[in-house]
Amino acid sequence: MKKFLQRFYIILILLFLYVPILVLIVQSFNAGKSRAKWEGLSFVWYEELFKSSAIMDALKVTVTIALLAAVISTVLGTLAAIGIYAMKKRPQALMMTLTNIPMTMPDIVTGISLMLLYLFFRVDRGYWTMLLAHITFDIPYVILSVMPKLKQMNKFSYEAALDLGCTPGQALRKVILPAVKPGVVTGAMLAFTLSLDDFTISYFTTSPLVQNLSTLIYSQARKGIKPTLNALSALMFITLLVLLLIVNRRTADNHPVKS
Amino acid sequence: MTSFQAPAWSVPVLIAAFVIFIGLVIFYVIKSRGIRRPLFAMPYTAWVALFTVIPCLLIAYYAFTDAAGRFTLDNFKSFWDSDYEMNRELIEMGMDPAELGFGRGTVNVDTLVYSLWMALLCTVICLALGYPAAYIMADREFRLGATIVVLFIIPMWMNFLLRTIAWMSLLEDNGLINNFLASIGLPRLRLMYNSGAVLMGMIYNYLPFMVFPIYNVLNKMDLKYSEAAMDLGASPIKTFLKVTLPLSLPGVVSGITMVFMPSVTTFFIPRVLGGGNTEMFGDLIERTFLTANNWNVGSALSLIMMVLILLSLGLLRKVDPEGEGEGML
Repeated sequence: MKKFLQRFYIILILLFLYVPILVLIVQSFNAGKSRAKWEGLSFVWYEELFKSSAIMDALKVTVTIALLAAVISTVLGTLAAIGIYAMKKRPQALMMTLTNIPMTMPDIVTGISLMLLYLFFRVDRGYWTMLLAHITFDIPYVILSVMPKLKQMNKFSYEAALDLGCTPGQALRKVILPAVKPGVVTGAMLAFTLSLDDFTISYFTTSPLVQNLSTLIYSQARKGIKPTLNALSALMFITLLVLLLIVNRRTADNHPVKS
Repeated sequence: MTSFQAPAWSVPVLIAAFVIFIGLVIFYVIKSRGIRRPLFAMPYTAWVALFTVIPCLLIAYYAFTDAAGRFTLDNFKSFWDSDYEMNRELIEMGMDPAELGFGRGTVNVDTLVYSLWMALLCTVICLALGYPAAYIMADREFRLGATIVVLFIIPMWMNFLLRTIAWMSLLEDNGLINNFLASIGLPRLRLMYNSGAVLMGMIYNYLPFMVFPIYNVLNKMDLKYSEAAMDLGASPIKTFLKVTLPLSLPGVVSGITMVFMPSVTTFFIPRVLGGGNTEMFGDLIERTFLTANNWNVGSALSLIMMVLILLSLGLLRKVDPEGEGEGML
């Protein structure tokens, strides 16, 4: 009985989480445009999806920004974590506080503060300003993923490598980087997904001429979303799901998936 | 209305400062013959200065100045009285706003109170729904916990705007729920365009953030404590109330933080699922900046928001000083 109740409750909660997504995926195969009426199975929205230049442009912007932001923030963030970890106590505390600011600030305030930065310095908002904003909110997550790995490491192995004749560069490559690699990978994945899904900060840091998927969806939300966008998100969802399954299979015994 | 902007020469000066900074770092590296590890953080330090510190200072700057760049507290008065600027102009023209029937504009304060209330409701409901879920998932006999965690993460990959919009097709007057009700002979309900729909959208989006930290703490908890309590004769309910619940408090605290903070500033959900009078503070800030184009009042509102968030964070930290619950995300 207890087991049944437990399962029943979990299934109810999962249903709550998945019903809208299932609805969305089903709609993408609906021949008609109506959200509520089923008019037969069709792939017409998938065909239209690849013909729509607005969506394809937005997809390009979203993916390239997510990739670039993930790579740049991973490099900067990993270096920063190594540097901050080696700092003396006071500057270290200061840097960690500054790192925590963007994470505790509501997205909308982060977005607006960056918008004010661009407006203040009369920088035209567009692709590059959005990229800079994405890197800015990604870096703290990379630092916070790498930091615990540095703390787990033996404090003296870096110095030992230097004593044994490594140059600092070699010690970095051969001692520190292998030890923090799992944290770097987690950070990079986190940065990529956060950037892929971001709406609020992108909304304030780009112009209506350069849209990513989220801002495109937003601009269409009031007029009524076309099923083409459902088709696209269904495709992206399934791609990510398959990627996760592959990654999970390959690293099943390494470490569990981190949110 | 345009607010004060930096003069055109400021960008070259900024770039020059950046180049000089890089130069100094390179000079230091050459002088000390080799890289010291703290220097690795230098690019990030420059980045933080430009993209975190300066933007925060800009918000403070705009909040305390008027359109001409003079110091003023009017923006905060405008928060308290959203018609403050209009009333002031009336007074300057020699009229008495009270006589004309204009009082204090309460929109801004009302929106803030409404947002806090909605966020509180959302947090309480998420806790009520999420704690049992986390408790079941962490149950050693349940075994499927780790899989369910992944199942909680997966929906978050679907674009959050589209997920929210998907609720429209369920809740609409002609939506799936109402069609279902009609087909079994029940009257149709008005589910959309009210506070209830907005609240539901918020719970839907933030529930996982309540479940993860609680699950994390419960999962790591040493079973010996609750077993000892049982052995010493405590009933299961008493064991839960006196042992498990207090031990899981850090997870509850970070769950509350992670749900309450974003829900106060919820943006977009009220626009899609809400009706005329369900605007929340996030939407108000956005509207003040982009529609009313008033950077100064908008900055004041953002500053008030930030202070509120910091205050509640400080309060929550008192309950969980070590931040133990922050294992995930």
